[in-house]
Amino acid sequence: MSVATDDAPWLRRLLVMLALVFAVLIFLAPLAAVFTEALRRGIAPALEAIVEPDALSAMRLTLLVAAVAVPVNTLGGVAASWAIAKFDFPGKRLLVTLIELPFSVSPVISGLVYVLIFGAQGWFGPWLREHDVQIIFALPGLVLATTFVTFPFVARTLLPLMQEQGREEEEAAATLGAGGLQTFFRVTLPNVKWALLGGVLLCNARAMGEFGAVAVVSGHIRGATNTMPLHVEILYNEYMFVGAFAVASLLALLGLVTLAAKALLEYWTARPIGIEA
Amino acid sequence: MSVEIEAVTRDFGTAANPALRGVSMALRSGEFVALLGPSGSGKTTLLRILAGLDFPDAGRVLIGGRDVAQVPARDRNVGVVFQNYALFRHMTVFENVAFGLRVRPRAQRPANAEIDRRVRELLALVQIPELAPRYPEQISGGQRQRVALARALAIEPQLLLLDEPFGALDALVRKDVRRWVRGLHDRLGLTSLLVTHDQEEAMEMADRVAVMEQGRIVQFDPPHTLIDAPASAFVARFVGDANRLAASVHGGRLDIAGFGGFDAAGLPEGAAEIFVRPDDLRILPPRDGLAPGLVEWSRPAERGRWKMLVAVGEHRLEGYGERAFERGAACALEFQALTAFGARGERVSINGREAAPSLR
Repeated sequence: MSVATDDAPWLRRLLVMLALVFAVLIFLAPLAAVFTEALRRGIAPALEAIVEPDALSAMRLTLLVAAVAVPVNTLGGVAASWAIAKFDFPGKRLLVTLIELPFSVSPVISGLVYVLIFGAQGWFGPWLREHDVQIIFALPGLVLATTFVTFPFVARTLLPLMQEQGREEEEAAATLGAGGLQTFFRVTLPNVKWALLGGVLLCNARAMGEFGAVAVVSGHIRGATNTMPLHVEILYNEYMFVGAFAVASLLALLGLVTLAAKALLEYWTARPIGIEA
Repeated sequence: MSVEIEAVTRDFGTAANPALRGVSMALRSGEFVALLGPSGSGKTTLLRILAGLDFPDAGRVLIGGRDVAQVPARDRNVGVVFQNYALFRHMTVFENVAFGLRVRPRAQRPANAEIDRRVRELLALVQIPELAPRYPEQISGGQRQRVALARALAIEPQLLLLDEPFGALDALVRKDVRRWVRGLHDRLGLTSLLVTHDQEEAMEMADRVAVMEQGRIVQFDPPHTLIDAPASAFVARFVGDANRLAASVHGGRLDIAGFGGFDAAGLPEGAAEIFVRPDDLRILPPRDGLAPGLVEWSRPAERGRWKMLVAVGEHRLEGYGERAFERGAACALEFQALTAFGARGERVSINGREAAPSLR
């Protein structure tokens, strides 16, 4: 062991303690608070809040939005990272920047943009109303906003890995007679399958938990356009703490399951999966 | 399968420094040709154009008489062994080799039993039948190389392209593998093109060697011609391990700093470059009329001779002597043959009988 990296034992202990305190205060305490608040009056009221019709409707809506947004972003993310990592074309840098755009824009702004475009006073508002199409304050708006906000997860998880793997295997496949699709499905995709699964998990977690963008386009119509995070907010604002925290517990559980699944994936494949900025 | 390359040019958006500037060469069917050159000389670009992974800006490429300008890699049936092998990392050795058969259109795809038989045959050919169920990361560099070769041969190519295929192997394995690959080439009746920067490898394996310099082929000849009659100073410097000396021509005399002069018939006035192979440089005890030097080291060599490094002024020259010299001992140098290149590339070979006496 090198002497230069040997800090005084008391200093080391202090630093470890500090890190622990932070971890407990910032990560564990809020998580614990969510579950204790939910179960403050026992399990029955918590369960009741979860099976109540508005809550069930919020869950259905959240699942539905994720069921559309996640596959769309999986396809889009795979296509984008494939194009960027394996081909050269003009405008490539622009595409990379565009992929990261949702990360750099506040979700609330993203939601507002859709209101500006598709809302009643927006660019296409009058035309949409004439044709009886409702986007804002309806399912299409929720899906659009969620898809936009969660787009980078799959692409940014795949891209660094694909770039690191290079194009050699694809070139070898071509010289062996494989067509573009054969190469993609037999070589490119299998090489990134675990990272893809990791990216999809992250994307899904965010799609179900998204608040800001969804809050703007939802209109908060109970039983119709309320997703789970919005439902939590409404319950909380109405001082129905047990209900709010019970539904929040479900969301937190979802996050924990996602993390566990991702950890398992990483354990199986022995490599970290995640977004490299 | 014959290959003809006619006036091929390629630049990657840097017109001032193109990768290939009008390359022409022809490979005879059954020939083993090496493309030899330093990195950046364009040899890999030329190989990629033959493989169909890159396309020329101008010029024609014919493989077996067919113009392949518009033919992509997957329709060329050319075997390629890549520099780092590019094995499919998620497939077993067996599946790597089977790949070329499995991706064929349904009508031409062999039955599974037939694929199985062919892959086992190929793995036996490259002498690694026991590795079939392993993954690329579980086998050694030499074994990967064999898998890459078996995979390339699975599509039954008549033209085989090898891109620095031995670079990742250690020196001992490399010698064996070279001999073995050349044997395979002869046995299967392939036409092969080897890209390498290792002159020993090129000389040992190839029937003819094309030396590349800055996007051009500067000489395309059998190995012995490269040694005996290098076309330019660049070839002489790159092929064999000749001693190189700067010189100049004044008034019909070739002056080598520290060595005196030679009769310089055929060389124009101005700067010149001299190449002397160690075999053509004899180290003798000090003697009048020969250039003096100081021995830096001597070590025993084949046939009872001694190899020595001799300092003459700024220069360090390798040569052979009949006996050992002490470190730092005085000696004399006798040129038995040398090749001189004039300022405009004129080549003059000077025989020792004429050269040695004129040294002052």
